[in-house]
Amino acid sequence: MELLNKRTIEENIFKILMIASVCIVLGSLIVIFGLVIVNGASSLTLEMITQTPTPSLPGSPPGGGILNAIVGSLLLALPATGFASLIAIGIALFLQADFLHPAVSNTIRFMLDVLWGIPSIIYGIFCLMIMIYIGMSSSLIVGIIALTMLEIPIITRSMDESIKMVPIGLREGSYSLGSTKFETAVRVVRRQAFPGILAGILLGFGRGIGDAASILFTAGFSNHIPTSIFDSTAALPTMIYNLYSTPLGQSKAFAAAFILLMIVLIVSVLSRLLTRRFKKHIIK
Amino acid sequence: MNTRKLRDIIGTNLMRIATLFIFFLFFSILILLVYRSTLVLGAHSITDVLFTSIWNPDNNQFGLAAVLIDTILVTGIALLVAIPISLLSAVYIVEYAPLRLRRTIRPFIDVLAGVPSVVYGLCAFLFLAPFVKDVVAPWFGVQSTGLCIFSAAMILSIMVFPIIISLCIEAFDAIPISLKEASLSIGATKWETVKKVVFRASAPSVMAAILLGFGRAFGETIAVNMVIGGTIRLPSSIFNPGETLASLIASKYGELMSIPVYESALMLVALILFIVVFLFFFLGFLLLRRAKKRWNY
Repeated sequence: MELLNKRTIEENIFKILMIASVCIVLGSLIVIFGLVIVNGASSLTLEMITQTPTPSLPGSPPGGGILNAIVGSLLLALPATGFASLIAIGIALFLQADFLHPAVSNTIRFMLDVLWGIPSIIYGIFCLMIMIYIGMSSSLIVGIIALTMLEIPIITRSMDESIKMVPIGLREGSYSLGSTKFETAVRVVRRQAFPGILAGILLGFGRGIGDAASILFTAGFSNHIPTSIFDSTAALPTMIYNLYSTPLGQSKAFAAAFILLMIVLIVSVLSRLLTRRFKKHIIK
Repeated sequence: MNTRKLRDIIGTNLMRIATLFIFFLFFSILILLVYRSTLVLGAHSITDVLFTSIWNPDNNQFGLAAVLIDTILVTGIALLVAIPISLLSAVYIVEYAPLRLRRTIRPFIDVLAGVPSVVYGLCAFLFLAPFVKDVVAPWFGVQSTGLCIFSAAMILSIMVFPIIISLCIEAFDAIPISLKEASLSIGATKWETVKKVVFRASAPSVMAAILLGFGRAFGETIAVNMVIGGTIRLPSSIFNPGETLASLIASKYGELMSIPVYESALMLVALILFIVVFLFFFLGFLLLRRAKKRWNY
């Protein structure tokens, strides 16, 4: 009977609960992926990814595809990630002790954390306010700005984590050879932290391309591929958000969700592979 | 020599400008939100806005009580479900799972964290809501359309799993193994060790993980907006439709942008979101910083 005492029973009960919890977490992931892949793959036709939506008469099913959203998403997320990365790498390198007092850089880190955490809809309305104030209408460029703001804290914090890991000896070595602070930051620290920097950029891209709330009002919506940066544009998340409640739009919404999920997955796998690849080149 | 010095000065200043931009962004968002919400606070007292529940912009009534209660309900239920499941999962992954399983679970958790919220919303709208309508609500003996507070809370809890789990894994990993070994060596079972040593040693960082999860759940806009139904009324059950602070902005901002007081009321909502998230993150990171200092991770 020794085996079945109270303590062993408790141990076993909790072990079962733990396994059940892991199953719930992984199960929900599998269910969501399953739903999107099954429904998305069946509605993903060649027409879907090569055509823009055809304007539908009231009462008739909307035809065409979601090419405008695919192109729109890339046009929004790629430049936004580019701008955000440029700004983020400046901040992340500047947050080191070489440039700033730790008290100051910790305050900035905290601000970045808050900015990382505030709901993306706030970036959306912030940009919208400014947009209305200077007399613009919803357009690609405002959407890019909103996404850039959203991505900066994500990318910076991620880069900062890896830059912190750069051994101080490397920097000291660089200084002792007579390099300036900027040269050390850009040529030595940046190179050593490169895998982390890359992972940060990809993380930001993945977050940016999937965000709907920040571009809902700033990028607007249109059925065409934008021809200039002042055109409003559709994107995959806003396409889903606009179409999910209409029965006829659901196949398009699932096709868009499928593409979005694939992009996020590819980015995540890519980030792992590239980080591993570039880790070979850093000095241990 | 001069060009190098010049490049150093230019480069450093560019980096300084980028860093100042963070200050600028942070404070300009805060100031703009405060400035824009003064209009509604001038017309109504803050207690009026927060503690009455009649939202009727045409009639110049902006009571947020119903929305606040819905927000607290949705976030509270979501966390009530998410916290035990995430904690137990994290314990299993760190303390019980074989190394190979552990290595494969981690990437899955990361992927779960990266899934766009609109995708969660789509799945919840098309599959969770009908399930709630046909199975869960009748089981509790109530009628529901499925687009309700309960559905929103369920999808939110799935969305905060990865945040809490990955922060907890980090926290549990950081505890010195000697502490656990000491407990095991005097005959404690694994679960007892977890309960009395691991949980206690990592309490601040687990608390931080919960606070950060709360911040995420509190501000989630799109997924909640898609399944909550969008009704501003004091809820009589969790199977009633509702509206949270964040989803209110998303659903109302498109309309009536020309009415300044209405817009100002929505800005006040955004300000509340900002302040609450700020407070929770502030607490969360304070705890996390202390925990990191203590266990050096």
